[in-house]
Amino acid sequence: MSGTDFDIIVVGGGPGGYVAALRAAQLGLSTAVVEARHLGGICLNWGCIPTKALLRASEINHLLHDLGSYGFSAEKVGFDFSKIIARSRAVSQQLSGGVAHLLKKAKVPVFDGFGKLDGVTGSKRKVLVTPEKGAPVTLTAKHVILATGARARVLPGLEPDGKLIWSYREALVPDELPRRLLVIGSGAIGSEFASFYRNMGSEVTLVEVAPRILPVEDEEISALARKAFEKQGMRVLTSAKVGPLRKSDTDVTVPVEVNGKTEEFTVDRVISAVGIVGNVEKIGLEGTKIKTDRTHVVTDALCRTGEPGVYAIGDLAGAPWLAHKASHEAVMCVDAIAGKQVHPIDITKIPGCTYCRPQIASVGYTEARAKEAGYKVRVGKFPLLANGKALAMGEPDGLVKTIFDAQTGELLGAHMIGAEVTEMIQGYVIARTGELTEAELAETIFPHPTISESMHEAVLAAYDGALHV
Amino acid sequence: MAIEVLMPALSPTMTEGTLARWVKAEGDKVAIGDVIAEIETDKATMEVEAIEDGILGRILVPEGTQEIAVNTPIAIMVAEGEAVPEAGAVKPQNSAPPAQAAQPPATPQAPAAAPATAPAGQPATGKRIVASPLAKRVASQKGLDLSRIKGTGPNGRIVRRDVDKAAEQGTGAPAGAVAEAPASTSRTVPHSSMRKVIARRLSEAKSTIPHFYVSVDVELDALLALRSQLNATSPEDGPDAFKLSVNDMLVKASAIALKRVPNVNASFTDQAMILHDNVDISIAVSIPDGLITPIVKNVEQKSLKQISQETKDLVKRARAGKLKPEEFQGGTFSISNMGMFGVRDFSAIINPPQAAILAIAAGKKQAVVKGNELAIATVMTVTLSVDHRVVDGAVAAEWLSAFRSVVESPLTLVL
Repeated sequence: MSGTDFDIIVVGGGPGGYVAALRAAQLGLSTAVVEARHLGGICLNWGCIPTKALLRASEINHLLHDLGSYGFSAEKVGFDFSKIIARSRAVSQQLSGGVAHLLKKAKVPVFDGFGKLDGVTGSKRKVLVTPEKGAPVTLTAKHVILATGARARVLPGLEPDGKLIWSYREALVPDELPRRLLVIGSGAIGSEFASFYRNMGSEVTLVEVAPRILPVEDEEISALARKAFEKQGMRVLTSAKVGPLRKSDTDVTVPVEVNGKTEEFTVDRVISAVGIVGNVEKIGLEGTKIKTDRTHVVTDALCRTGEPGVYAIGDLAGAPWLAHKASHEAVMCVDAIAGKQVHPIDITKIPGCTYCRPQIASVGYTEARAKEAGYKVRVGKFPLLANGKALAMGEPDGLVKTIFDAQTGELLGAHMIGAEVTEMIQGYVIARTGELTEAELAETIFPHPTISESMHEAVLAAYDGALHV
Repeated sequence: MAIEVLMPALSPTMTEGTLARWVKAEGDKVAIGDVIAEIETDKATMEVEAIEDGILGRILVPEGTQEIAVNTPIAIMVAEGEAVPEAGAVKPQNSAPPAQAAQPPATPQAPAAAPATAPAGQPATGKRIVASPLAKRVASQKGLDLSRIKGTGPNGRIVRRDVDKAAEQGTGAPAGAVAEAPASTSRTVPHSSMRKVIARRLSEAKSTIPHFYVSVDVELDALLALRSQLNATSPEDGPDAFKLSVNDMLVKASAIALKRVPNVNASFTDQAMILHDNVDISIAVSIPDGLITPIVKNVEQKSLKQISQETKDLVKRARAGKLKPEEFQGGTFSISNMGMFGVRDFSAIINPPQAAILAIAAGKKQAVVKGNELAIATVMTVTLSVDHRVVDGAVAAEWLSAFRSVVESPLTLVL
């Protein structure tokens, strides 16, 4: 093996790609990562991590403006916005450096440049790496894992201009706090930015084309989120269509149609968060048997594409667009290549978290979807208002909701809104993955006092046994 | 000091049992030897006796609980005036009789103490089944046997999809069950503890013991005549009254034959053959939900009357589920008699670690040739099933010949 021939080449260094490379190295396979921009991908650099750093800042800002309720008083509370942004960037940088270190430790070479499939030589596949400067390099490997990720969807008329109209990227590094902000799209990304800017002090309007915000969540959770946002002073418009924007030098006038009535208002900035598209272009799919479907590579349950020896994982391979799904697919895909027994992903066992205030976390079927699927359900609910720890923390708003199959006791889904719920959802994910029934969950002793006790109560409630409501 | 009462192993094959009834209630005063609970084991209903004076402090396992593993705490005993601690914080103490199942003897004990019915060494129970709680529940709802389902989860764990797949493909139905019987004409009856043991032990016996069978016709007329004479000597009633059955006499005849051909009165172990001096005969008794084999011990030393009275008592208690473990565990030879059903002949499955079992069919009057004359005789066919690892063909034939000669010249029975 020369320095350019490997067992596995991974194209893309995000949470799918770098994890695939680490796993391959762990199993003794020679592997390389090709990365065009920065290790860690969107997640570490322009997604999950920097937004969490910002949301932490906005949570602190919220607390600083609520000091009185805890018995504190303070004067001249303020912030330096550029420092908040700088902290977020520093966190990303630290983690990206961490990924580089991990790959180095695993002896995985990283080729900086844009990677694309470039035909075959013998039994091997070629990957052409084109660096920003310098000559292209050709690598070869038996297996190529494509993990090129995704980017923001651009709708006509809503093209980010880097100045007045932002995608997530500009929204992460603003020069200053916009006074009036419009966020288009209320999925996880839109809701998080709306929450961040609102809690920092912007006037925020959140518009959603669907009849409710966070449309993939359980209806009840969506309704509670909306209520909480509105209580915080956010304006929320659902079933809302955004018309053509009219830009001036410093602001944007937006027509929004709700229930046949069009309203116009002017904002300083617009964030477009209307979904993502897969990075399927220029990676050498043309002329291969690899199929794509609406900007995503079509794969089987084990991430294999139509071309033997070529795999696709993560956002590139389709929904749900979550870093942990990409990382899990990465390990599964490499394990399958190494001949290990693997288990295809069941997307009803992938948790989803949104870090707005209040936080939202869920796994599995919503109540409506469970009923659509033909289940006779038992539903349990427990409000955080009845939880001691939540009250002690000053975070009484929230709900835990469980959905069980009435016939078998299978935990079909769990939905939470409130403080710390993103840290707690894994309990239900373990239950669902381990196929625990209501009996084991009811038998489990939850520590007191914790917000997680409400998870126990929500299970008991589904079987009419909740103790504290 | 508080002690935990543990689920006792009432037989070496017992791994779990059902708590049939609490005889004492929480707070009751209990003396040594008092019966505190009744446990339904794989074989019978057994009494759990207190081994210490005290108070039944707390019942940990409610009445009717099934499949309680051996050594599970079932109650807490405390001294008078003592507070009842929580379960788990207490020193465990086996209730009488001591658990035997925990450590089966590596080899059967000396001949005098016959080995218990479980074959030594190998635990008789199947391997542990790894399945998710949901898979277990769905399998039980669908009446599927998890041991027949292949797991595809982590490390071969059986998960929901495996059960669903088995249900779809019609695999995973319990052994012997009709896979796709119409729902309207079949019922799913969960196995009783006894049914599980019968299934396990007989499959094991039939699949591991090299059985062979030898049959012989035996004339019964002399024995029947002797029986009438003996029964005529019984008082009308009172404690000395007796009524010998043909079976009682055949039990005794078997014992005499076993003394004459002692190599059949044996057990097989991997290491050695165990030759027994005593003749302890297990008699197969059918009971409503299965069968049990109470043992008449030292048959060779007992009179017909003793054998008859003892058997009657054992059968009565067997049918009531009241046998003690030592009354159905052990034995050196078995008899299965289906004469009362009029069967012509049959062969029985050996009751390990015994080496042989005698299957007795019905006696019927038939034409026989005596000398050169046709005559009428009452003839029954007996079939000896033999473990070929212990007993060779000639020895089996020799035994049957001895048996026939005792039955046909039955005065030996009263010597």
